[in-house]
Amino acid sequence: MSGAWAVEAEGLTVRFGEFTAVDDVSFRVPPGEIFGFLGANGAGKTTTIRVLCGLLLPSSGRARVAGLDVASGLREVKHKVGYMSQRFTLYDDLTVEENLAFAAALRKMPAEDLARRTKELFEVIGFDRPTDQLVRDLPGGFKQELSLAVAMLHGPEIVFLDEPTAGVAPGSRARFWALIRRIAATGKTVFVTTHYMDEAEQCGRIALMRTGKLIALDSPAGLKRSAFPEPLYELQAGADAPADWTQRLKSDPSVIDASPYGLRWHAGARDEAGFRGLLERLGPSVRSRRIQPTLEDVFVRLVEGKDR
Amino acid sequence: MAGIGIDVAGLKKKLGPNQALDGTDFSFEGGLLHGLIGPDGAGKTTLLRTLMGLLKPDAGAVRFSRGGAALDFKAIRDGMAYMPQRQSLYADQSVGEHMDFFRDLYGLPEAVYEDRRRELLGITRLEKFVERPAGQLSGGMYKKLGLMCALLQSPNVLLLDEPTNGVDPISRREFWELLYRLAGGSVTIVVSTAYMDEAERCARVHLLDRGRALAEGEPRAVLRKEGVASFDELFLRREEAAP
Repeated sequence: MSGAWAVEAEGLTVRFGEFTAVDDVSFRVPPGEIFGFLGANGAGKTTTIRVLCGLLLPSSGRARVAGLDVASGLREVKHKVGYMSQRFTLYDDLTVEENLAFAAALRKMPAEDLARRTKELFEVIGFDRPTDQLVRDLPGGFKQELSLAVAMLHGPEIVFLDEPTAGVAPGSRARFWALIRRIAATGKTVFVTTHYMDEAEQCGRIALMRTGKLIALDSPAGLKRSAFPEPLYELQAGADAPADWTQRLKSDPSVIDASPYGLRWHAGARDEAGFRGLLERLGPSVRSRRIQPTLEDVFVRLVEGKDR
Repeated sequence: MAGIGIDVAGLKKKLGPNQALDGTDFSFEGGLLHGLIGPDGAGKTTLLRTLMGLLKPDAGAVRFSRGGAALDFKAIRDGMAYMPQRQSLYADQSVGEHMDFFRDLYGLPEAVYEDRRRELLGITRLEKFVERPAGQLSGGMYKKLGLMCALLQSPNVLLLDEPTNGVDPISRREFWELLYRLAGGSVTIVVSTAYMDEAERCARVHLLDRGRALAEGEPRAVLRKEGVASFDELFLRREEAAP
């Protein structure tokens, strides 16, 4: 393993009793990358992050963060990483200022450093609200942005963001991601989990986890190419379509898989002649058009892991 | 037996300085799966909480009926279930212990409970996790446990507040499979969501914006009438038109 990577995992495994939460996972993240960490709930994402932040020791395998082995240098690792956890980020009943001061005290940060860092970070996140306001009273997205500032107070090289935008309004999510891009542009590595596929689209590369295993690792475009070598169609049925058309779609031999997207269905076609035959049999009220796969298509296909 | 219909007329509710509901009119037909759609702050949670009787409206009325005959709220309250956005489950109690707790709370007979429990664990695919404490469940499983607790009593009216928020795409689809299995009977389901693809899967949609009804009806009919391809477009148009 070399020290040129921001994050390296090699055969990383975490067991809780009989349960293997992370199963022989290996990957490398270069500095400055926005690295998306995706997977179904319970796939092992948070456990992996906890190991990489030095909060949990792996059962086997190795992990290095900023060149430091997490198993040997926990204290140093914690200087190099910032962690915005899924469950807890800020104290609602403390003010903005108090939350920052508390985080700084935990890090034994001198007062002048806190003042300087706060000023720098507020410029980056564009935070211009009164700092004597209770966190509880901050409007929606500001809380997330402040949490990120707190996670970055000590100037880490790598920030781990665990579902930072869960339950956040679409406009605030877009603003938060603009912030992530600005942070990555300064050379910091951003390691982020999300269930929103429009966000995943903005990552440099995406690692996809399923039941503790890493099942894919590539750029968004690369994932779409490798997951969908065959054409993908979007289908929509009019009122006079056969009642069982979705059943027939799902069970047709020319169809690899089909899943609902609102009123429409997306279907991967194994052979185009067979698929055209199926469309003819379904009649003109089932309309179809060829589409490019989205990351949601990729996620559904790879994570559901239908045998092909 | 026909499902319970809910009519909402001129509903107003002010929360602090915020006029959360500003003369809301909606009609939820009994026995159907209804989607309540709207941006953050539209008043979705306030409306659901008002339907559930947890908030008292400042003005307007909520009327329940079955097959045209008016029903008294007190008479049907026990048959209503509500799953809030942030479900308070007990972190140190297991899935099984939660179900036992809600059995006692609802006073379910043992035989009814056993059947119901087996059925719910089957459709949520949580059989293998009966022993796991709620605090150690993943986001999707936690939501399913919340739904199971709400469903133990076989409600006639089920109100769900953004049940799939923060849930991965597969779990989201599974959750909706679950809702589809529940719908089709006589239970009236109202589910709020920010996902427009989910909105399209409902039998009826009700679009709420700044505390007022924007449109309601069968999803395709609403899109056709408004001349838009998606609900997103409809809200976006509203946003652009706003001063």
